[in-house]
Amino acid sequence: MIKEYKTIREIASPLMIVEGVEGVTYDELVEIELPDGEKRRGKVLEVNEGKAVVQLFEAAQGINLANSKVRFLGHPLQLAVSEDMLGRVFNGMGQPIDGGPEIIAEEYFDINGLPMNPAARAYPAEFIQTGVSAIDGLNTLVRGQKLPIFSGSGLPHAALAAQIARQAKVLGDNETFAVVFAAIGITFEESEFFINDFKKTGAIDRTVVFSNLANDPAVERIATPRMALACAEYLAFKKGMQVLVIMTDITNYAEALREVSAAKKEVPGRRGYPGYMYSDLATLYERAGRRQDKEGSITMIPILTMPEDDKTHPIPDLTGYITEGQIILSRDLFRKGLTPPIDVLPSLSRLKDKGIGEGKTREDHSGTMNQLFAAYSRGKEAKELMAILGESALSDDDKLFAKFSEKFEKHYVSQGNNTDRTIQETLNLGWDLLKILPRGELKRIKPELIEKYMPQE
Amino acid sequence: MSGTILKVSGPLVVASGMSDANVADIVRVGEQRLVGEILNMTGDRASIQVYEETSGIGPGAKVEPMGLPLSVELGPGMLENIYDGIQRPLPEMKAISGDTISRGMDVPALNREKLWDFVPVAGIGDKVVAGDVLGTVQETSAISHKIMVPKGVSGEVVKIEQGEHVVSDVIAVVKDEKGTEHELTMIQRWPVRIPRPYSQKFTPSRPMNSGQRIIDTLFPIAKGGTAAVPGPFGSGKTVVQHQLAKWSDVDIVVYIGCGERGNEMTDVLMEFPELKDPRNGEPLMKRTVLIANTSDMPVAAREASIYTGITIAEYFRDMGYDVAVLADSTSRWAEALREMSGRLEEMPGEEGYPAYLASRIAQFYERAGVVECLGSDHRKGSVTAIGAVSPPGGDLSEPVAQATMRIVKVFWSLDSSLAYARHFPAINWLNSYSLYVDTLAPWYNEQFGEKYMENRTQTMRILQIEEELQEIVRLVGVDALSHDERLLLETAKSIREDFLMQNAFMDEDAYSSYAKQFRLLDCILNYDNLGREALEKGADMNKLFKIPVREKLGYAKLADPEKFEEEYDIINEEMKAQIAAVLEGGSEND
Repeated sequence: MIKEYKTIREIASPLMIVEGVEGVTYDELVEIELPDGEKRRGKVLEVNEGKAVVQLFEAAQGINLANSKVRFLGHPLQLAVSEDMLGRVFNGMGQPIDGGPEIIAEEYFDINGLPMNPAARAYPAEFIQTGVSAIDGLNTLVRGQKLPIFSGSGLPHAALAAQIARQAKVLGDNETFAVVFAAIGITFEESEFFINDFKKTGAIDRTVVFSNLANDPAVERIATPRMALACAEYLAFKKGMQVLVIMTDITNYAEALREVSAAKKEVPGRRGYPGYMYSDLATLYERAGRRQDKEGSITMIPILTMPEDDKTHPIPDLTGYITEGQIILSRDLFRKGLTPPIDVLPSLSRLKDKGIGEGKTREDHSGTMNQLFAAYSRGKEAKELMAILGESALSDDDKLFAKFSEKFEKHYVSQGNNTDRTIQETLNLGWDLLKILPRGELKRIKPELIEKYMPQE
Repeated sequence: MSGTILKVSGPLVVASGMSDANVADIVRVGEQRLVGEILNMTGDRASIQVYEETSGIGPGAKVEPMGLPLSVELGPGMLENIYDGIQRPLPEMKAISGDTISRGMDVPALNREKLWDFVPVAGIGDKVVAGDVLGTVQETSAISHKIMVPKGVSGEVVKIEQGEHVVSDVIAVVKDEKGTEHELTMIQRWPVRIPRPYSQKFTPSRPMNSGQRIIDTLFPIAKGGTAAVPGPFGSGKTVVQHQLAKWSDVDIVVYIGCGERGNEMTDVLMEFPELKDPRNGEPLMKRTVLIANTSDMPVAAREASIYTGITIAEYFRDMGYDVAVLADSTSRWAEALREMSGRLEEMPGEEGYPAYLASRIAQFYERAGVVECLGSDHRKGSVTAIGAVSPPGGDLSEPVAQATMRIVKVFWSLDSSLAYARHFPAINWLNSYSLYVDTLAPWYNEQFGEKYMENRTQTMRILQIEEELQEIVRLVGVDALSHDERLLLETAKSIREDFLMQNAFMDEDAYSSYAKQFRLLDCILNYDNLGREALEKGADMNKLFKIPVREKLGYAKLADPEKFEEEYDIINEEMKAQIAAVLEGGSEND
């Protein structure tokens, strides 16, 4: 029996207080019916005897306190899921906005999901070839990983994410894939860029889009990524698909979270973001992964713009503590004209070690990867020194390292957004570059591999 | 008697009608029977932190007090197992609820059906006190589990049952002075927030061998000691923790994944059964207990997981074992504390953390130590506690890092610039410290002679001077340095790359014995000593830096653990010969 209440006491967007309620439970879905029949949704944040505090998912505009009706629906916010969602576009609350029919639900999924049992996870270890050398060779992506792109305003993260979505494949594998794309508070243009790219490659038929644009209500952004992930979980673990989830922009999500927290008058943490932001972001990111008895997987590429390009800002910082690495774009490299401008040194893939090597990529992968990192790092230092003291101050070896880092950026990193390199091409390119350095400096690679792979003059 | 819910706000539930319950008692909340713990009482109102997601709980629902504080079950069956923060076995939860964790599950921590072969040590008529060993169970091929007389029981053994039993069977009966008979099973219960008792505590005096060169040689930790591993994300905290869990020469490892990634626990679960303990050849999983409360699991249970872990560690310590507790990460635990404190509307301290943060951290680390256990055989055990700290933005001035630094004795400071250059473990040799160096020196001297510690001192000196010289190089270039100083830079580079750097993912390099560490460092310092002599005699510096044996030194750490002595002897011989050859070539430049 669902009761209706007309006892809204207070609305201070995004919070609403309803009094005199009975049998209301925490986290329950709330439906508000406006006098003209329009419906809005929210969820119970706190219930104290007869008083319920409700967080609206949608704008409060137009809600009349005296004449609006409130219903508590007895279950959390759910998403109707079905395989027909592929190829469709939904708004941030999961309603179709592409003019097509409503989805006939095969099942209803709680958008919050449930925590995955660590004993039921399968460790991600299948190499995904993205065709981007700086990722495949140095910060390898594996199936079931969550690997964010840390970007800054004005940097070409969208082009890189689209390139990955277009080129990503698991070698020797024909399983069905799907893309779930969540636009969180981004502009129409950016959203269209992705959708057009999916259309160009034909991937659009295998894509589900959840779109909350910059002019949509900010509070909806709390629900949008959860909608997308509920859909991804359905496709991956019920339908056995290999799902790639792209979420952009997490910074907008975190700001919506801060807005709600401030409205609740919570004690703010760093920079006004709530103290529980780590746990909250974790409930999104940790939904990526593989499960032992299931075929499908969720690989996640969240994109966030670092305010002031600052990696220690709470949003990238907390994200970095949860995700399995990060791909960092650099403004310096972008200005130098590198495409994609991936800053490989602070970038990292934590899961690479189990996804590379003999039988996955090639036996020399791990050694050359470490060697390229070490050499590039030393080369950059040498170049800094050179900038201060001039080239004559460098030792002969350091001059070679400086030359190496120059070529490394130009040939290895800057490959353009339309070059799709195989892993063999990437590895061989690495050897070509390492040839610049004195043999005695290649300590990270086993001598027998140097013998085998080092290109002859 | 049960109470009634008045308020629900996230993991915090307030219930009335709770006058029978005690502070810190466990309760079951609502129809779903979620597990909660009473934090505060006001009149008959109790504030409860619920260890599971409270979605669907509302006013009017019942709260049932269980009449006991949050406790763990201690007995055979914990090793090789993986538990959540309140000691529910995750594999069994998976069997019940599938891939995800559903709520209100009531699964006993110790399997009630598995039979254990109980071998009595005590006989009928023996007088026993708390802590005495009644008998043993071979829990895994690596560990013999001692069944001890629980605290509060002493007297005469009147019955003892040899043979196969489940944990809940009565295996012994002890009659006390008053004539009361105590029926004892293989299970003990212990409230997690109270340290388990011991007879006496000692200052740690033996090192814990970790097989990690920078740790064992430069910044050693003692068995029974405390250490913190702080570092920004991506600096390799978890890999350091995993390496310690794998290679430490302790009997038992308790690994607590507290608010961290699910895949990291999966990694341990998949890898540890395959890896062999270098000391006894047994799979590492046979000595390991895992506690996993990953970041997507409910936040309140994250707060409990640290206590669950250390209580299990203390229990194995009480058997006379050396135990290591690895907590990754204590910062997430502190955040859980902050979140509950905020919900309770307590006055916040620094950065929103409760004012009692520092004392809670201190209490946790203080449960480590070397002790003489209860019982009449005066056996000794130890708990070594190592916690990762994840400071926001890598900034160590934040409250959790500061409170931790005040209490721990070893500090392995991870550095992002080392991590970027893929120098792992990225432990910064200038900022890190170990206060155990002096107390452990006698042990090192006794085992390896005084050379070990002398080499350590020389190494630290070289690294320190290198830093100073690098300053000069950055300002005026390398040519401003004398030949001696140039040699020191070369040696320091060799120490960094050929000794301190250790690849956790390369089988030959992941573990280094003390003897190998000692000989390897000795080879490198030998280069410095011989080189210095040669420079004095007028040897050509550039030729000296380019002698071929240095390339060999670069791979020396990969030497076979059985045959490294010979290899290092050869390196030393070649080094001598090549430096002598340089000297003969005279000092003219080419």
